[in-house]
Amino acid sequence: MENARRDGSGSAGILGWIGTNLSRLGVSLFIPVVTFVILWRVFIFLRDAAAPKWVTAIVAIIWGVGGALSLFFVANLVIEQLPDVWKHRLTPFIFVGPALAILFWYLFMPTLRSFYASLFDATGDTFVGLENYAYAFTSDAMLESFRNNLIWLVMVTGFSVGFGLLMGVLADRTDPRFETIFKALIFMPNAISMVGASVIWRFVYEFRPPSAEQIGLLNAIVTGLGGQSQAWLLLQPWNTLFLTAIVIWLQTGYAMVIISAAIKGVPAELLEAGRIDGATEPRVFFSIIIPYIRGTLVTVSTTIILFTLKIFDVVQSMTGGNFGTQVIANEQYTQMFRAFHYGRGAAIAIVLLVAVIPVMYYNLRQFAQQTEAF
Amino acid sequence: MVGRQQSLVGKIFVHGVLIILAVTWTVPTIGLLVSSFRPGDSVLASGWWTVFRNPGEADLTMDNYRVVLGIASEEERLEAARLGGAETINLSAAILNSLTVTIPATVIPILIAAFAAYGFAWINFPGRRFLFIAVVALMVVPLQIALIPILKDYIALDLSGTFLGIWLAHAGFGLTLAVYLLYNYISTLPRDILESAFIDGASHFTIFIRLMLPLSLPALASFAIFQFLWVWNDLLVALVFLGATPEVEVLTQRLLGMLGAFGTDWHLLTAGAFVSMFFPLVIFFSLQRYFVRGLLAGSVKG
Repeated sequence: MENARRDGSGSAGILGWIGTNLSRLGVSLFIPVVTFVILWRVFIFLRDAAAPKWVTAIVAIIWGVGGALSLFFVANLVIEQLPDVWKHRLTPFIFVGPALAILFWYLFMPTLRSFYASLFDATGDTFVGLENYAYAFTSDAMLESFRNNLIWLVMVTGFSVGFGLLMGVLADRTDPRFETIFKALIFMPNAISMVGASVIWRFVYEFRPPSAEQIGLLNAIVTGLGGQSQAWLLLQPWNTLFLTAIVIWLQTGYAMVIISAAIKGVPAELLEAGRIDGATEPRVFFSIIIPYIRGTLVTVSTTIILFTLKIFDVVQSMTGGNFGTQVIANEQYTQMFRAFHYGRGAAIAIVLLVAVIPVMYYNLRQFAQQTEAF
Repeated sequence: MVGRQQSLVGKIFVHGVLIILAVTWTVPTIGLLVSSFRPGDSVLASGWWTVFRNPGEADLTMDNYRVVLGIASEEERLEAARLGGAETINLSAAILNSLTVTIPATVIPILIAAFAAYGFAWINFPGRRFLFIAVVALMVVPLQIALIPILKDYIALDLSGTFLGIWLAHAGFGLTLAVYLLYNYISTLPRDILESAFIDGASHFTIFIRLMLPLSLPALASFAIFQFLWVWNDLLVALVFLGATPEVEVLTQRLLGMLGAFGTDWHLLTAGAFVSMFFPLVIFFSLQRYFVRGLLAGSVKG
């Protein structure tokens, strides 16, 4: 219906084409730019105003939320005044334009700009070719990071999916009320920040000299069993494993919930048929359930792999990347905001991007095949 | 259910394993919770589990919360200072900042994404498919890539350390996923609803506001919870775009600062950590269904 109307005006020639697309660009930019400028001016004003903090906060929240919404209305109002042909040409861009403009500024351009910056030195003044990439692949800190990220990937993915599978299968055999409470307890860590989780686990790993009374849970258990208390976070190379335990603790709940849903989706007739044919429970598990939920297992694994490739918060708040626990994302942060070496930071970010692409591609393909998002 | 009949032994085994796992998973959090109610001296003198040995005589207090929330009496503050904690551990300003950052940083991207998802799903325009694929493709970009270029822009625009700056940053980083997920939902809504609205002469804008937003509420709610938690719990984006400005510091930043500066004041750290978990846990226990859906849907965010 609309296509016909728009195509009817398609003979206006090159000038018309340019005009149409310029207008589209204009509409795309209108909302973000105007919102931005108005919000920005008010912000500078708010920041310099001496109002009590909670007043500033409330005004800021209302202003931010209302500002964005009202500008969609204004843009629509403007478009409504135009002749029909233009209305049809421009309306789509009221809808998709702001998103495209923001993504262009926040993700697309930064990728190009980071790649460009990665070819320059610390301050961005001198072209250095691939020197920063040489750093990204050969420096001690980065080699350590690659090793540790690999440990993260294997440990967290393996244990989270393993525990999630175990819990999903066992919980399926219990009373529904018991199952619900159990799942809530395991899933709860997903709600809290990784900094909060780090406080919890720093306390678990707290070290006191062997003669003193232990207040950290792990050392209390170890000394209770007759062992020696240890400073777990300084204990190379094992300390990375103690950090991964935190994220296993976080991610297992996620894996469990998805896997459990998949297990419940295995048709009962299939299981019955297997059992009637005399298959033992382990046999049913490995020959029927596992093959049936294979796709889900792949999605969960790739999602957790993506998460571990970009792991940052836990390392930053537990050890700061010291004592042999450095990882790629934290080394990138260190280069950019501690060493102020923009070239290296940008090169490491590009390495991270390249590492993520294949996993994300695979993940999205599986995701699209397997599940509906909601 | 013939095959599913379990022997008593099997039942005990299954429940036993699950209870052991549940206890293992919960104990670290319980340790945090218990310690946050113990006086500083006791936390340092004995393990938190000793409280359970003699529950009647356990020495519990709300003082730690009064100190971290900045409502402590002079006496309590001095007590905290004696144990090494400074008076600056007041988290109430950080809570306010976290709310000011999180609410618009949740609403703005959802609004923009919902418009875009509708545009991609229901309006025909040239380049639609290409642009949508471009948006989804941008999901691979880790936000680390954007930190320095955007920070440079912010410094030039005087936006570094402002709420507006971090809202837009979170909007930018959350938008690809939001568009993708909302598109998946909106594009599956029945076509006839829209067509009858069109025949009645409604514009896209009216249809979107009157029909699409209400119909998409489950998807919007799930994503809203995901984005709220993501922003509330975020550390990296806050460190980069708010980092240099103490007045706008959010909770995760303050907590990280406390971990570094008062790494052994466990009574205050545990109380502070629990304060930071309060909102997420309330949401978790009150909106569990949406919460789980939202987290599952959003788990690939980068």
